[in-house]
Amino acid sequence: MTDADRALLARRPDLATIAQWVKPDARVLDLGCGDGMLLRYLWKERNAEGYGVEIDDANAGACVKNDVNVLQMNLESGLETFQDQSFDYVILSQTLQAMRHTEAILREMLRVGREAIVSFPNFGHWLGRLQVVAGRMPVSESLPHTWYDTPNLHLCTIADFEDLAADLGIRVLERVVLNNGRPIHTLPNLRGSLAIYRCAAGVPG
Amino acid sequence: MNAPQFPPGSVGLVVPQKAVFAEPLSLKSGATLPGFELAYETYGTLNAARSNAVLVCHALNAAHHVAGIYAEEPENVGWWDNMVGPGKPLDTNRFFVIGVNNIGGCHGSTGPMSTNPATGKPWGGGFPVVTVEDWVLAQSKLADYLGIQTFAAVMGGSLGAMQAMQWTLSYPNRIRHSLVIASTPKLSAQNIAFNEVARQAITTDPDFHGGHYYEHGVVPRTGLRLARMLGHITYLSDDAMMEKFGRTLRSGALGFNFDIDFEIESYLRYQGDKFSTYFDANTYLRITKALDYFDPAAQFGDDLSAAMVRAKAAFLVISFTSDWRFAPARSREIVRALLDNRRVVSYLEIDAPHGHDAFLMDDPRYMSAVRAYYENMAL
Repeated sequence: MTDADRALLARRPDLATIAQWVKPDARVLDLGCGDGMLLRYLWKERNAEGYGVEIDDANAGACVKNDVNVLQMNLESGLETFQDQSFDYVILSQTLQAMRHTEAILREMLRVGREAIVSFPNFGHWLGRLQVVAGRMPVSESLPHTWYDTPNLHLCTIADFEDLAADLGIRVLERVVLNNGRPIHTLPNLRGSLAIYRCAAGVPG
Repeated sequence: MNAPQFPPGSVGLVVPQKAVFAEPLSLKSGATLPGFELAYETYGTLNAARSNAVLVCHALNAAHHVAGIYAEEPENVGWWDNMVGPGKPLDTNRFFVIGVNNIGGCHGSTGPMSTNPATGKPWGGGFPVVTVEDWVLAQSKLADYLGIQTFAAVMGGSLGAMQAMQWTLSYPNRIRHSLVIASTPKLSAQNIAFNEVARQAITTDPDFHGGHYYEHGVVPRTGLRLARMLGHITYLSDDAMMEKFGRTLRSGALGFNFDIDFEIESYLRYQGDKFSTYFDANTYLRITKALDYFDPAAQFGDDLSAAMVRAKAAFLVISFTSDWRFAPARSREIVRALLDNRRVVSYLEIDAPHGHDAFLMDDPRYMSAVRAYYENMAL
């Protein structure tokens, strides 16, 4: 691991969990891949091959610099460029809450990939609940934006996400909840600031 | 006497060269060229491993003069001089770059203006219709001639990008990277329609003489001029044209006649006039046909993914949002076919205002992406 990799994992604790889940030589599609550092890490450490999807100019350019495959496309228009079950994992890290079409992207992820890995900031964290009780919109390390300049559209709690997963027939294979980068086992919806899920399509019928 | 001063990043003075091929070249049409010549230029140095060669393919209006200037024509700067040179995105300190004029051209390679050995007269209208596949075949002969087994990259914009794509299909083992910029896997009916109007402008010019106008000592200049004016409209976006010319009046008032009123009219006439003095109408006809005929999916039941199975190269595909001639959706078709085949590909959709011509411009996102892509290229 390079210093840059270590710095990245310190900055984005969900990525370490995601990296642990990805099996060697896997095919990975990283939606909203930012500067491509997760893909680069998975490539170097797991020999994973894959592509990032990124709409932002600066991020897409950074991906080219980081020597990872990037496709500058809008996720909101779906994943129609990708064939059914053409990836082992489709990753959506800390982007779900900024998507307009939440259900559609989750369905698309499991059409294109055998497994979906999703991480999002937990709106149920106690700090946020306290701020709401105090009459304020939550602002925290995992939700750093003020209400008027947030890119987030669809914030949810751990309980909310699991309800939606059940409604969509999505099976949760694994869940990790973190707070300050540390795993939370008791009262995760209250104590966790970041949730990471590994999911698969439900058994038909 | 002072040494000539060049702007930073210029390859400086360049001298075109000529490669002569005595063996016949069989073309896709079934015709054969008994032999042919290619005009080309090179910049940088081929390394000992011969692994740093990059072929730059030209589009409709350009040729082998990609970068640098000619000693006797200091105004004649290469058409992609902003892209190619020492320290530029395609860095000639690291890469050996080749520009070549395609067959059927009018800048020194064998074309309609060349002498047909069978008649001793210029080929004129008798020069065969050539295709992108034919050009790539001829380019491969130049690679052989220069001792290059495998190109680090083949790169082009528009029609040039079609050649970069065709290389991955014709010679999948001879190209490691393909840079496909502002292109399409095939022309649309509208694209062909524009080409046909351009061709009609040329072939209905009274000075055309079935393409044998050289013998009559004339040039179908009116037709060529119209063809260029029409083409030029398709190279710019509506917004870019409005931004540049608006409805500005040349003389400040409407003339109520059919002379130039608006600046855009003046611009198009100027472009058409200039082009018609140096470009050959027979070449223009053939290049537009090569565009129309390019369709690698055709022999695979229109399945581009099936066509791209042969390609092994890594791809960088770039489109520009305001390009309505070859819109981003056309580039995405290429990307999709590559993804279907699990090929290494990056795709950038640059939000540039200039239209199709954006591939020749200096957009920093575009230039830095191309630079980074070349920097990461192992030699």
